[in-house]
Amino acid sequence: MEHIRTTKVEQVKLLDRFSTNNKSLTGTLYLTATHLLFIDSHQKETWILHHHIALVEKLALTTSGCPLVIQCKNFRIVHFIVPRERDCHDIYNSLLQLSKQAKYEDLYAFSYNPKQNDSKRLQGWELIDLAEEYKRMGVPNSNWQLSDANREYKICETYPRELYVPRIASKPIIVGSSKFRSKGRFPVLSYYHHNKEAAICRCSQPLSGFSARCLEDEHLLQAISKANPVNRYMYVMDTRPKLNAMANRAAGKGYENEDNYSNIRFQFVGIENIHVMRSSLQKLLEVNGTKGLSVSDFYSGLESSGWLRHIKAVMDAAIFLAKAIMVENASVLVHCSDGWDRTSQVCSLGSLLLDPYYRTIKGFMVLIEKDWISFGHKFSERCGHLDGDPKEVSPVFTQFLECVWHLTEQFPQAFEFNEEFLLQIHEHIHSCQFGNFLGNCQKEREELKLKEKTYSLWPFLLDDQKKYFNPLYSSKSPKFSVLEPNTVSFNFKFWRNMYHQFDRTLHPRQSVFNIIMDMDEQNKQLEKDIKDLESKIKQCKKKQTDGILTKELLHSVHPESPTLKTSLCFKEQTLLPVNHALRTIEGSNPADNRYREYAEEFSKSEPGVVSLEYDVARMTC
Amino acid sequence: MDEIEFSSTGSGWGSRSEVLAVGWGNSCETVRSLLPRGLLNSCPAGVSSCPASSCPFPSARSPRLTLLESVLLPGPRPTTGGMEFLELIRTGRAQVKLLRGPEAPPLRGTLCVTGHHLLLSPGPQGTSDLWLLLLRSVDSIEKRVSGDSGTITLRCKDLRVLQLDIEGVEATLDIARSIEALSSLESVITSFPFFYRPRGLRLGDAWHFHPPERYYKRVARETNAWRLSEVNEDFSLCPSYPRAVIVPRAVDDDALARCARFRQGGRFPVLSYHHAPSGTVLLRSSQPLTGPQKRRCAEDEELLRAVLAGARPGAPGFILDTRSAQAAKQAGVTVGGTEAKAAYPGWKRLHRPLEKGRPLQESFVRLVEACGDLEKSMDGWLSQLEACCWLAHVKEALSTACLAAWGMEREEACILVHGAEGMDNTLLVTSLAQIILDPLSRTMTGFQELVEREWIQAGHPFQLRCAHSAFSHAQPKHEAPTFLLFLDCVWQLGRQFPLSLEFGEGLLLALFEHAYASPFGTFLCSSEKERCLCEVRTRTHSLWSGLNQPKVRRKLRNPLYIPNPLAIWPSVEPQSLQLWQGLFLRWIRPPEPSQVAWEKVWQRLASKEKTEDCESTSKPQS
Repeated sequence: MEHIRTTKVEQVKLLDRFSTNNKSLTGTLYLTATHLLFIDSHQKETWILHHHIALVEKLALTTSGCPLVIQCKNFRIVHFIVPRERDCHDIYNSLLQLSKQAKYEDLYAFSYNPKQNDSKRLQGWELIDLAEEYKRMGVPNSNWQLSDANREYKICETYPRELYVPRIASKPIIVGSSKFRSKGRFPVLSYYHHNKEAAICRCSQPLSGFSARCLEDEHLLQAISKANPVNRYMYVMDTRPKLNAMANRAAGKGYENEDNYSNIRFQFVGIENIHVMRSSLQKLLEVNGTKGLSVSDFYSGLESSGWLRHIKAVMDAAIFLAKAIMVENASVLVHCSDGWDRTSQVCSLGSLLLDPYYRTIKGFMVLIEKDWISFGHKFSERCGHLDGDPKEVSPVFTQFLECVWHLTEQFPQAFEFNEEFLLQIHEHIHSCQFGNFLGNCQKEREELKLKEKTYSLWPFLLDDQKKYFNPLYSSKSPKFSVLEPNTVSFNFKFWRNMYHQFDRTLHPRQSVFNIIMDMDEQNKQLEKDIKDLESKIKQCKKKQTDGILTKELLHSVHPESPTLKTSLCFKEQTLLPVNHALRTIEGSNPADNRYREYAEEFSKSEPGVVSLEYDVARMTC
Repeated sequence: MDEIEFSSTGSGWGSRSEVLAVGWGNSCETVRSLLPRGLLNSCPAGVSSCPASSCPFPSARSPRLTLLESVLLPGPRPTTGGMEFLELIRTGRAQVKLLRGPEAPPLRGTLCVTGHHLLLSPGPQGTSDLWLLLLRSVDSIEKRVSGDSGTITLRCKDLRVLQLDIEGVEATLDIARSIEALSSLESVITSFPFFYRPRGLRLGDAWHFHPPERYYKRVARETNAWRLSEVNEDFSLCPSYPRAVIVPRAVDDDALARCARFRQGGRFPVLSYHHAPSGTVLLRSSQPLTGPQKRRCAEDEELLRAVLAGARPGAPGFILDTRSAQAAKQAGVTVGGTEAKAAYPGWKRLHRPLEKGRPLQESFVRLVEACGDLEKSMDGWLSQLEACCWLAHVKEALSTACLAAWGMEREEACILVHGAEGMDNTLLVTSLAQIILDPLSRTMTGFQELVEREWIQAGHPFQLRCAHSAFSHAQPKHEAPTFLLFLDCVWQLGRQFPLSLEFGEGLLLALFEHAYASPFGTFLCSSEKERCLCEVRTRTHSLWSGLNQPKVRRKLRNPLYIPNPLAIWPSVEPQSLQLWQGLFLRWIRPPEPSQVAWEKVWQRLASKEKTEDCESTSKPQS
């Protein structure tokens, strides 16, 4: 609280982000310890979590006040005008302090209290059990075993304690290999395909330089390919562009030399690094934020940002991986430089293509826990949770979510969850409200005692899962066991609902999903009504035969009877979707749309050419 | 004659999507009806006397033979006479393999060229499908020969690409020449709609379904300020207007005649839509012929004065010119021009330039080109999507329509829309504005009426604009996809308001197909006058009666439709507009997953209806 100097400013204007004529709402701005809150004159509330703030800017003073622009990590952009510069300055300074915390302990998760007791909280943390997940995949088995080599984080600090490795790989081999791998991230199992007996393994780049070799590492790779009884060769996928990998050789790192390893097929897939991705997203957001954006500027901006090209590259890599397993029955080892960004993307997306379980709500949580959280994707650095190096921030996980979204677009029936679920997860990787994404690896999380001090996100999402169900999901269709997406360019679209999630005016005004969900709800209600009525009928009939008739029967159609009550509530329910539709359409106030500005032409005088002509006309008349 | 059963797969019309049901020519009655009269004249020489051994059809009792007999046997000549198709058919048949794109399996069989169709009859081992393609729907043809076989690539007006692998070089060349000649016939009265006699439909059934009189009845209920004038009864005032038009009650027919002389092509201002909630009107016309002398026309000025007088007192008027101010001024140098401010008190001009003619056609061609290249990189695709400008045109069209709608609804103003001729972008704007404002035009019937009234009867020259689609190599003369742009804009509205249109994408796709090539007469000719001369109404079937057959209609419905009494204001930001994949990528992208998803939506609705029925039947029992 020591950073907050002003807690309330009145007469603040909130500008429409896209309006070219500075249309605005007036209201009051409140600053709390965790949120910035704006309540406009219609009592509509806009909450902004301090941790979501990526950038605060104070622009030059204007006649109407001091502009304050806030860019959020969830792609909300708000533009306030504070009447007094003094207030603006106070808020600006407070936000600078509040949005960039120096210590984990100051993050929201450590003060967030959803009023749960400790045992419930612990239960929440145990919801996702990775040992259980490996068991589901079918490991340990005769070829794969749990290794205790990293039990004390001695070999690799950024890996989890529990790692699965080929049964024939002895501890010295593992230790040897880890010394030859960047940050000690030696090859371990990420996903085991039960039917094909093939595995997805992951690691970091080898420290091969121009000629270095490591026998243990070569042995470990051989052990992985031997653990696959069907196919003796394995793929090694370097997810980097070849040029980057070669450049790494000069620094004593690099990639595997095919001559040194027996039975490997080496492949580059060319996904760019975190810095390219960060600036690509930045460009994309710049284009989107343009006022009065034309169609051609939008598409040329989309192209020059390269964003969709990067998404396609990630998707293509995952497809390559899934095909190697499905078609060739080969195991695949995936790495990039450190094996925690691109490798996580490709391994998790590949598993998602192969295994329908990861396309369920629970399974998707497991997938994120496994390939992202436990294997040490540096969430805190990539999301900028703390005031750190801005060069470490990169939308790697956002790209993964976008790839999944593209898959849901191509396969609307293959996923148990809907878009809202992805957006919600994206919201919380930045919110720091839950402990799951804090820290950069499991070791760090244990040191922070997150399980004792914070809550896990997953049980909260599960409690709300009704909101995240995809009504079109068909779990049993064999068509969707392995997904084979088509990555022809036109299948990649700009994800408006992510990058403009708070710009409601750009969205469709009616939602098909909502209506189907409502309809489902109604259907269930109706079916229940039928059952009730049927049992009523049975009862009546029974009573009729018993001889006690009229009174009961009359009672059953009396307005107070439970039967009619349910049918009454049924009627209200049928109205529901209609109301719903109307509510959303009211959102389509023409005033929300940008052509409103064209409409101002109505009040403008006619164009110059015309008045000139009009003079001529009068002269000739 | 034996009853012939054809399965509907693999037919020539929309065989891969829900439009299937609209695909005429896949049921047996269609095939039979198209054959007897249309093809008699055009039977390929020598085929009827082909020896049994070389006959592609295995036995005399085969139903297919019966079908062919009906094609080939001599009979009375059609009364239209005129064109001898026979002369244009170089060869009757050949053994071919047909490739129908990446999704459908290839078909092998005997290809037969008839007066209006390509027929492919699969060999004895094949399934029983007979594959049909209306020759009129061929947009361009490309032939290649190598060795002793040849390949013909047919690019259709509905953007489908077909490949025929043909045995024999001579046969290839002959078939190519025949298709070329037959698909480019320009005569209206020998076109297929004049021979098409589907079972279950009666001639003239739907032709009185949507005339302006019908719309006038609605207007008359809402206001007294307008009347139905038959001043154009003999099309002498305006050849591109229908016989009856709705005009201000205060203006008599003589004045209209003088107005017509002051407007290009005689298109004087007429009522397009009366917006009852605000009591304002939408009018359309062509440009006034002011010319360099700044001519004026008292009757024209009086007409527009009467319009304002008939609306709410003090209502402003806006003239929405679909040309730029510069272009409008330029037109004034020759014969056209714009309304001078002094001459039309109460009216103000706005300019919203919309692309038309050749640039629009080129935009269409470039978009289709871009969609055809599957190997293109991400950057290549995005830059071509940008360069073709199609979505920019969609944005401009929608936002101009929104402007007109806004003027009527919020400014409570009367709006007159015109460009130069007033039969392209003018109609685009007036019809879209109605869909935004008028809930009735978003129903199945209402939308059909809108297309009939605001496009067909209003004289959009379909015959010229839709002569070629995006594949034609010929220099575009009068072609322009303005109607397609309209359909695309409606599709965008449907995407943004998925519950507010009673019809689904299927209807829009069907209209696109039929506007370019159709067995129905609805889109024939360029004006009512021409349709009268050709007796289109009495001698062809109306598309509307085809579409309104219960079975077809059900498929075209939007299952999620909930009547919405409000205006629907779309977002016209580039982020909100989407490429209409269902049309531009219809034959390219694999449709299954989304298709199956839609079927699931249907299922859900069906089960809901069922439970509701159950509920209503079980209630009285209790």
